[in-house]
Amino acid sequence: MSLANTDASAERAIMTPEGIELTFTLAPIGSRASAFLLDWLIIIAITVGIGLLSVMAGGGFVGLFMLTHFLLRTFYFSFFEIVWMGATPGKRNQKIRVIDARGGPLSAGAIFARNFTREVEIFLPLIAIFKPDALVPGATGWVGLIATLWCLVLMLMPLLNRDNLRVGDLIAGTRVVQVPSTTLLDDLSEKRRRSMRYTFTDEQLAHYGNYELQVLEELLRGETIVDDATLDMVCEKIKTRVHWPRANWDVQVRVFLEDFYQAQRARLERGLRFGVRHADKDAARAAAKGGP
Amino acid sequence: MTGQNARGGQSNLRSVQFRREREAGWRELESLVESVEKRGLKALDADDARRLAMLYRGTLSALSVARAISLDRNVVVWLEGLCGRAYLCVYGTKRHLGRAVKDYFTEWVPQAMRRLRWHLLLATIFLVGGGLAGFFLTLGDMDLFYSFMNAGMSGGRTPAADTEFLRQGLFAIESFSDTLTNFASFLFSHNARIGIIAFALGVVFGMPVFFLLFYNGLSLGAFAALYHSRGLSVDLWGWLLPHGVTELGAVIVCGAAGLVLAQSVLFPGRSTRLANLRDRGREAAGIVLFAVVMFFIAALIEGIFRQMVNDTPTRYWVALSTVLVWLGYFGWLGRRRGRGRPDGVERDRRSRAQGQA
Repeated sequence: MSLANTDASAERAIMTPEGIELTFTLAPIGSRASAFLLDWLIIIAITVGIGLLSVMAGGGFVGLFMLTHFLLRTFYFSFFEIVWMGATPGKRNQKIRVIDARGGPLSAGAIFARNFTREVEIFLPLIAIFKPDALVPGATGWVGLIATLWCLVLMLMPLLNRDNLRVGDLIAGTRVVQVPSTTLLDDLSEKRRRSMRYTFTDEQLAHYGNYELQVLEELLRGETIVDDATLDMVCEKIKTRVHWPRANWDVQVRVFLEDFYQAQRARLERGLRFGVRHADKDAARAAAKGGP
Repeated sequence: MTGQNARGGQSNLRSVQFRREREAGWRELESLVESVEKRGLKALDADDARRLAMLYRGTLSALSVARAISLDRNVVVWLEGLCGRAYLCVYGTKRHLGRAVKDYFTEWVPQAMRRLRWHLLLATIFLVGGGLAGFFLTLGDMDLFYSFMNAGMSGGRTPAADTEFLRQGLFAIESFSDTLTNFASFLFSHNARIGIIAFALGVVFGMPVFFLLFYNGLSLGAFAALYHSRGLSVDLWGWLLPHGVTELGAVIVCGAAGLVLAQSVLFPGRSTRLANLRDRGREAAGIVLFAVVMFFIAALIEGIFRQMVNDTPTRYWVALSTVLVWLGYFGWLGRRRGRGRPDGVERDRRSRAQGQA
C-alpha cells in the first residue's frame, strides 16, 4: 500500500465498540459487480444442474427445479453472508466483505434486509427491460418506459452516491468494504545492524516532517520501484536542504539515506512524545521560523 | 540525539521497543484470524476463541498507541489492517444460530406482528378492497376478467371455459403427479415473489405496495366472480381457503413490512430518514422472512392436503383451523411474560431502589 495509491476518498472510518476508530476501504464497484456475477453463475449452474437431472429422470422433477431456483434466489446470499461472516463465495473471491456501517455486529436482520431488496434492485429492472408486460399488464409504451427508467435508477444507485450504497445497504445500514491485506515488514531501523556512519545535528533535522519521512520509508523499502538515479537525486536534495557540509559532500547514497531516516525518525518521534507533530516540511519550516 | 543513535546494533527508538515487545501477540492474532478466514469460527476451540477476543483488544489498543508514537508507516498500516480483519472475525455475525432461531419464532415474530397491527390492517384493507372491486367489476362485465388476470396464472380457467371444466378443476383428484408439483411450486414462487417485491418496493414511498396489494386483490376478485357467475362460489372458496388463508396472510404481512419502510421514509419523526430506514428496515426484513415461511406452509397445504381432500365441508374446517392457528400465534405467543414485563421490571427496580434508600 503506497502513499501514492491510497485513495482517501474511498476510506471510511467506523467506530468499534471498544471506542477506537478503524478505517476500511470501500469495495470498488467493479469488485462488487464481479462478485455478484460470480455468485449468480453459481446459482445458475446449480439450477441448471438440477434441471438436467430432472430431464434425465423423465421430466418428473420440474417442481423440484423450480423449488431449487426459488430457494437459491431467496436465500443463497443471506445464507452465506451469515455463515461466512459477511461474504458470499463471489465476495470471498473478490476479497470484499459486508460490515455494519456504524461499527456494531452484523446482525442477521441486516443481512436479510439487504438481500431481499435485491429483488427490486436487480431482478425487477431486468423484467422491466425485457418484458415490461409482465410488470404492468397491458402496459403501453409510456408506462413501460417510465417503469424502466425508475428501475434503472434503483439499479444504478451504487453509482449515484458517495459510498457506493445499494438500496439494500441503505435499508440494512451496511457497507461493503475490502478485506485489508498488508504484510508486516521488518522495521527499517532494526534491519540495519551497524552503527551510524553519518551523524546529523538538530538543525539539520529540523527541515522535514512526517510525510517526507514516510515517503523516504517507502523508497528505502523499495515498495515503489526506484532505480539508483532516483535515490541519488533524493540524496542530493536532502543534502542541499539540510546544508550538509561541502567538505564531506560525497557519501554512500544508501547508507546516508538509511542513517538520515533513522535520525530524522528519532527526532520526530521524540517530538511526538512532547506533543509536537510536524505533518510535512511546510509545517516543520513554520515551526522553525516561529521558534526563538 | 545523534549520540544516542550512534551506538549502533539494536535500535533504541521507543516505537521500535514498543513493537519488539508486542509483535509476538500480533503474529498470534494474525494466524488465528487467518484460520477463521479460511474455515470460519468453527476452526477455533473455546480457548482459541477467548484468545482471539483478548488479542484483538490488545492489538486494538496497540494500534491507538502506535498511531500516537510511531512514525513507521508500515507498522501502523499493517496494524490497522490486522485490527480490521480481527474486527470482522469478532463482530462478523452473532453466533448461537439455533438459539436465535428459537427466539425468533417464539417471541420476536408474534411481538413484531402485534407492534405492526395498524400496518397489517391497512394492507388488509387494500387487498380486500382490490378483491371487492375485482369481484363486482368482473360480475358486471366478464371481459374485464382478461385485464385483471394474468393469462399464465389462470391456466385455461377463463370465462371461455365451460362450467364442467371449472368444476373439475376444483375437485380433480391428482395423486402426487407432475402437474400438481409444477403448479404448487409455480404458485408458491409466484406469490412469494410478489410478497418480497411488495416489501422491497416500500422504499419507494409505499405507493407500489398499495398498487401491488390492490392488484393482487383484483385478480383474486375476478377469479371469484367467474366462479360465482357459474354458481360454484362455495366450492371455489373451499378449494381456495385452506391454503389461501396462509398465503394471503403472507402477502399482507409483506405488504405491512413494505408500509413500515414507506413510513420511515415519509414520516421520519425525530431521526433522519436514513437512520430511520436503517432501524426499521431490519425489523421489516425479519417480518418478510417469516412471510416466506408462511408461503412455504401455504404451498405445503396446497400441494399435499388440498388435492387429497375432496369434500367441501372438510375443506372449510381446515381453513377455519388455519385461521385460528395464525390468530393464536400472532395474538398470544410470546405474550405471557411480555405483557406486563417492561412496567413490571421497572416497578420492581423502583421499589427495590426505594427499599435501599
